[in-house]
Amino acid sequence: MEKFTTHTGRALPLRRSNVDTDQIIPAVYLKRITRTGFEDGLFAAWRADPEFILNSEQYQGVSILVAGPDFGTGSSREHAVWALKDYGFKVVLSARFADIFRGNSAKDGLLTAVLSQDDIELLWKLLENNPEAEVTVDLEAREVRVEGHVFTFEVDDYTRWRLLEGLDDISLTLRHAEAIDEFETERPAYKPKTLPAAV
Amino acid sequence: MPHTLAEKVWADHVVRSADGEPDLLYIDLHLLHEVTSPQAFDGLRAAGRQVRRPELTIATEDHNTPTLDIDKPIADPVSRLQIETLRKNCADFGVRIHPLGDAEQGIVHVVGPQLGLTQPGMTVVCGDSHTSTHGAFGALAFGIGTSEVEHVLATQTLPLKPFKTMAVTVTGELAEGVTAKDVVLAVIAKIGTGGGQGYVLEYRGPAIEKLSMEGRMTICNMSIEAGARAGMIAPDETTFAYLKGRAHAPSGADWDAAVAYWKTLRTDEGATFDAEVVIDGDALTPYVTWGTNPGQGLPLSASVPDPETDFEAEVDKTAARKALEYMGLQAGTPLRDIKVDTVFLGSCTNGRLEDLRAAAAVIKGRKVADGVRMLVVPGSARVRLEAEAEGLHEVFLAAGAEWRFAGCSMCLGMNPDQLAPGERSASTSNRNFEGRQGKGGRTHLVSPLVAAATAVRGTLSSPSDLAA
Repeated sequence: MEKFTTHTGRALPLRRSNVDTDQIIPAVYLKRITRTGFEDGLFAAWRADPEFILNSEQYQGVSILVAGPDFGTGSSREHAVWALKDYGFKVVLSARFADIFRGNSAKDGLLTAVLSQDDIELLWKLLENNPEAEVTVDLEAREVRVEGHVFTFEVDDYTRWRLLEGLDDISLTLRHAEAIDEFETERPAYKPKTLPAAV
Repeated sequence: MPHTLAEKVWADHVVRSADGEPDLLYIDLHLLHEVTSPQAFDGLRAAGRQVRRPELTIATEDHNTPTLDIDKPIADPVSRLQIETLRKNCADFGVRIHPLGDAEQGIVHVVGPQLGLTQPGMTVVCGDSHTSTHGAFGALAFGIGTSEVEHVLATQTLPLKPFKTMAVTVTGELAEGVTAKDVVLAVIAKIGTGGGQGYVLEYRGPAIEKLSMEGRMTICNMSIEAGARAGMIAPDETTFAYLKGRAHAPSGADWDAAVAYWKTLRTDEGATFDAEVVIDGDALTPYVTWGTNPGQGLPLSASVPDPETDFEAEVDKTAARKALEYMGLQAGTPLRDIKVDTVFLGSCTNGRLEDLRAAAAVIKGRKVADGVRMLVVPGSARVRLEAEAEGLHEVFLAAGAEWRFAGCSMCLGMNPDQLAPGERSASTSNRNFEGRQGKGGRTHLVSPLVAAATAVRGTLSSPSDLAA
């Protein structure tokens, strides 16, 4: 996984709550068997409307998404994270994220930072007044900085460490393979198996 | 120290625990389907890894599968490739699969319990958010993303921070015509789509204890719509009776050992939850959704709310305005006056035999209203067979409904079963998101009883609205 330390870019104010993963990428785009190339599916239904903010000329090239609360609810599809990343987003800011979406983001190096809804509202105003504003998201300092304002955000220590170091979870877990072996020897006999027992 | 049910199951699966790190949790059962697994298998291949425990892993095909002409090649080449990819991955890695056409094929969350694979006290995961369904057995079951699917395939574990616990107590007794679906829609309307974030919800109380396993699965299934990691219900005699004799349930001495353990899986007297919610079961009536998230629900007897006067927070007003615009509804319209084009009976929420029986009992001897189409899609091939053995298919067909093969179908419209733009459905599924059932489609979530009555009257209705 790519390391994430600090990112500076322009940001999109998305004044919507409950942006579920069906909106982030509709199911029809989930039939692919690849892990990349999902940018065309991002917000596909909303982007069909020329008035949708992501279609606006002044927000082209944004890389930070500032959204309402309960972002990423619904389906567990990791395609939602892939679509955001493939489009060019590096960070999503919201007052509350759905758990599975947040977990998926952490696996793929997309930073999901939690700010208070008051800070989000202020950011929306700043970004609507000045779409050119440069926003810096500093994971080491846990800060968002824009036009002299500094907002602190929440991200748990472990996720922060993994993102800063760009570490892969499976490799981390396999360092404890012996502990898994040991645990497995005690799995009760009555627990089901899907394959017939080896003869 | 007294513990909650969720804490007990968690503690029983901790492989490793260290300060400042997530716990490493062992996974007892890993369910796979075609949509969220191909990239995970590719990841294994790229790293030269194997599936650590293929015998704890099982796959079926559900999201893309057609519900008509299942004996013919799948018409959509992209869907076909995804399904063929799952078959190849299972063959390459030694994972058991129930493909389309197999008697045990079906929606993954219907198949697991039906085979007796889902059992109390287990950890169950699947790359699908409705994995919470399996919590009905007192299992800790939750949806995961594709990176986590790969992680479980490779290690049979997941690194996770402990979940918080919330007691959702449903008091009293449900009135006739009030179902598990109405209970869970009321819970989500009360705590909101983010209210369960970070929590395992433990449903308890007299109204829950009286529910069948099917009803309990309906409730746990929709825990994710309240934002929760999982839903759980303590196992009891109803659970044991459901499991006994199923293909993968223990037998003989193993059965006795299992039941003895399962009986310990209850929240201890004096254990504390991080949060508690109480729902008055006596007061519940059939619930339906009016908006575009599952928290936007009201009793069927209510009217479409007014975004300007019925909500306090600006963010809720905005959400309601957008929802009414998308749904094509006017504030103040009685919900019972809303006319539908399609009724969908099925899904991992309400596609089990009991759901089909309940709907059939309402529709028997009646007709689906003119201009309404009704799709009945059993949750699994086995459910379809059992329903046909009881003659339920004849009841639906005689009423003018369509009797389909098993799969996720119109719940998410990945196969040809979709709403057309602007079309409105009453659906027993779990999500009323914009475009969920087809681009531009409008969804009202309902119970199987409300679905059947709505099919007959053509407007959102409960069985009590039908003339005797």
